[in-house]
Order: sequence, then structure tokens, then C-alpha cells
Amino acid sequence: MRGLAPVFAVVVVMAVVPLVGVSNVTLNFLVIALITALAGQGWNVLGGYGGQYSFGHAAFFGTGAYVTAVLQVRYGVNAWIAFGLGIGGGALVGAIVGGLTFRSGLRGSYFALVTLAFAEVLRIAASVAPITGAGVGTLVKLDLRPVALQFQSRAVFYWMILALVAVALIVTRLIERSRFGVWLIAVRENEDAARALGVNTTAVKLAAMVISGAITAAAGCFYVQYFLFIDSGLAYGTWISIEALLTPIIGGVGTVFGPLLGALVVRGLGEGAQIVTGGEAPGLDLVVYGCVLVLIIWFAPRGLIGAFAQLRNRVMRPARLVETGHG
Amino acid sequence: MAEPVLALEGVSRHFGGLMAVNNVSLAAREGSITALIGPNGAGKTTLFALISGFLRPNSGTIRYRGADVTSEPPHRMARRGITRTFQIAQPFAGLTVRENILVGAHLRHPARRAAIAVAEQIGHELGLGASLDRPANTLTVAGRKRLELAKALATQPNLLLLDEVLAGLNPSEIRDIVPVIRALCQRGITIVMIEHVMQAVMRLAEHVFVLAEGRIIAEGSPSQVVANPGVVEAYLGRGAAAKLGVTHAN
Repeated sequence: MRGLAPVFAVVVVMAVVPLVGVSNVTLNFLVIALITALAGQGWNVLGGYGGQYSFGHAAFFGTGAYVTAVLQVRYGVNAWIAFGLGIGGGALVGAIVGGLTFRSGLRGSYFALVTLAFAEVLRIAASVAPITGAGVGTLVKLDLRPVALQFQSRAVFYWMILALVAVALIVTRLIERSRFGVWLIAVRENEDAARALGVNTTAVKLAAMVISGAITAAAGCFYVQYFLFIDSGLAYGTWISIEALLTPIIGGVGTVFGPLLGALVVRGLGEGAQIVTGGEAPGLDLVVYGCVLVLIIWFAPRGLIGAFAQLRNRVMRPARLVETGHG
Repeated sequence: MAEPVLALEGVSRHFGGLMAVNNVSLAAREGSITALIGPNGAGKTTLFALISGFLRPNSGTIRYRGADVTSEPPHRMARRGITRTFQIAQPFAGLTVRENILVGAHLRHPARRAAIAVAEQIGHELGLGASLDRPANTLTVAGRKRLELAKALATQPNLLLLDEVLAGLNPSEIRDIVPVIRALCQRGITIVMIEHVMQAVMRLAEHVFVLAEGRIIAEGSPSQVVANPGVVEAYLGRGAAAKLGVTHAN
């Protein structure tokens, strides 16, 4: 399990943050950054490792959020169970969207556009369907008990989202070192070559989309439990689709820690822009995202982690998919 | 005589009005090297795509070891033991040589450790031992051709379809790789190769099929085929055989 050591190290360091007396504002900032990181981790499985760039990960985020909220509010389902079903809902949407797009052989920008369309269709449907609360949205009743998956303390919420991020980190690392991961990366690098070597590329992409959907849906489920409110714009809006792909691209696409690093940087810069302007320029964070994205693509196309690796390369060999010597 | 490993019967494929492969029947004997030659645009690569499942034939049947495998997708063909290489080498450009071969090795070896061991062994066998850690896109043309072979070999095929593995190599590189191909055959792998380098075809192939404008126009031993006036004319144009003094010797 030596491949998981860096994951544990990072998670342990992050877990002690609430114990050193940081303010609730800081903790709130970190929780939101981790929600973005989790959504980005989902995107990274499909986009980073599989090379299938989705523009519609809101479809998964929103489904997770709505399933968690609606089951609790309308059907009285326990929050923990609703949370689990929300993740399952994201996986199901992944299977449906993936089944339709990959079976019909959509690649590249066509795939991106179709995923965007799916998310938009869901957004419009959620804004009119009575079950989602239509335009008003759905409010989850305040009930600060662990059994209702709500906590008095921000720190507990922070540990919960950190645990979800940790699970996603471990899943990503295990994928990276499995046959499935090798095949997924092969699909990204050269789909025809992969097929010639016996890779069922449709099945591999579909499986990646299901995992990806489940992880991003978990971010949506948590979002609802944290804010206790969801509407169609929050759930299925393009904001989350953009953040889900922005964080891994900035952090390092197809790397285990890329989305986490990207989320902290992106969210940090957005927050910084707000502080500098005294909150008088709403939307400025989006301008900052745009500038950062341009700079990253220009100077570090493999993201921040790629840029670090390049620097480190001059001193020692890069950590690769297969370690040198006997793995 | 034993049943051929690969047998095509009346296989055709058209693209719109263009008959790319027209009623082709051919067979490859177990453990042999069969060559497929023909002028540019004859349909050789299309035929390979049909055999390996990348394209579906419009008509005809493809049998592998007696089983009808017509229109099966490529990954299932590979699982059966049919692996192709590409005319233009298709490396996984961002990955190292070892990782490239690993993709193929994983077909028969789900466990990572075993697959890496197989990948490294095949890399060494094909003379890529020193470049296992190099990114595939830094290899020379000859290196890429070797990698293309190594990837295919890692799937442990019974039938290897080699699409111009010698094209673009200089004479000394060809001299180096010909014994490699012969060694594969001696390991019991049946090989069907598309090749333009006649010197290699003459040295390697046991049986040659000549494809022109989508049809098989001749077959036989390498020496029979090169002496065939129809073959000479397919390459050089009508009347060329008479001018060169090639007669119906056989």
C-alpha cells in the first residue's frame, strides 16, 4: 500500500486544521473548496484519466443534490440513506449518459456538447417539475442531529467532506494502479490502438463515467446537507460543470492530487479577489478563474502538478504510471 | 491438411461506390508467414481492418480456427488471439515504452505485477530494453515499429497481422528486424503481413497473395508471384510485363 502513503499524509495534515483554532470563515472556505475538489475529482476520473472532456458534470452534481433533498423532504427518507441513494443516482445518470454517448461513438467536442445538453435539459426539467420544488427550490428542514446528517459544528462537516475527498483520492489512486486504469489511460492516449490490443473501449469509458458520476454526485449530496437548500440553478447550473473541469485542469489533469490542489488555488484566488475589491465586484472571481486558466494552459498545460514535476525533473526522475524498476 | 488458422470466403467491403475489397478469399496456414502484397490503394489495409474487426464486411465470412468471427469487434478478436499492428505506428504517445507494452500485456494478465514483468520481458526481446522508461514519442521510426510489434506481441496472439512493419526503415534496420519476425513465427505465431519491401517478402513469406483494385489477382510462392505477368502489370501498368520480358513461365 505504499502507493497510498501520500494520500494518507495529505489527509492527516488537512484533518488537523480545525484543531489548530482556525475561524469559522476559514473553515467555511475550506468546506466549499473541498466540495469543488470532490466534484473535480469525479471529473478527473473520466476527463483526466479517460480523456473524455465533459462540460456537463452538473448533471451528476445536481442529481446527487436533488435525490438527497427530495427523498428527505418529500418521502421522509433518512438523510444517510438519501445521501447513499444520491450517489447511486449520479452513477445511474452516468450510466445513461455514457451509454447513449459512447455507444453512438461520440468523441471530443461532440461528447462535450452532448454532456452540456444533458445538464441543461435536467436544469430546465428541475426548474418546472413539481417534485423538485420547481422554481422555488427545495429546503431541507434544519435538524442538527447526526442521525439527520447535520452537525452543530462546522468542523464535523469539514471532516465529513474531507473523508469523502479522501475516499475519492484512494479510489483514484487504486484506479491508477489497476488494469482498468491502464486501459482507461490507453483510451485517452489512442483509442484505436487500445481497441487493437483488446480493450473494450466503450465498456471502459462507461465504467469511468459511472465512477465519475458517483463521485461528483457525492459533492452534490454533501452540498445539500451543508447548505440545506437546492434549486435548479445551483444543482444543474453551468457553474459547477465549469468548476468541476477547471479544478483538475489547473491542478493537474490525470493526477491524483490535481483536483484538490486546483480547488484550493482556484477558490483561494476567487476569495482573494473578493477581499481585494471589498466585495464590490460580484463575478470578479469568474474573471480570476478565466485569467488563471489562460495562464495555466499557456505556461503549464499539465497543470500545477505537471509544472512541479517538470521542475523536479531537473533534479530527479519523474514519478510515472509505472515506477522504474519492478513495481 | 489441417484447417487453416484464418480463412476468408468471398469477403467484400465497399465505401459508397468504391469497391475497396471485392470478393476476397484467402487462407493462412498455422505457423506460417503469409504475405499480402499489391500496389498502393489495392485495399490491403482495408482487408486487415476487416479481419481485425475494425470494419465490418458487407458480405462474406471470416473464419478463425473454424469459428465464424465475421463482424466481431476488435477487442473480442484480440481476446481470441488476433492482433493487428498499424501501418502508421500508433503508440500511446504520452506514455513510456514500458507502459505502452503494459496495455497489451494486461489482456492476458490482470495482475499488475505479472503484466509489468511480461511487458519488460517482451521489451527486452524486441531490443527495447534500454528505452523502457523513455516516452514513446521520443523513439525513432525504427523504435516505433519495434514498439508496435511489442505491444501486439504482449497480447500473446496466435495470429499476428503486421501492416507494413518494415516501411520507412533503412536496409540495415530491415536486416535487424527480419530475424525478429522469423523468430515469432518459430514460436508458433501465424503471421499475415502486408509488405512492400519485396526483399523481405522473398525471404520471409511462405505464401503470397497479390491484391489489386480490391481483388486477389494472384497467389503462390514468392518466386511464382514475382514471375507472374499479371502481377507485374498491376504494379507497372499494362504491357509492362511484355517489355520486361516476363513470360508465362509457370
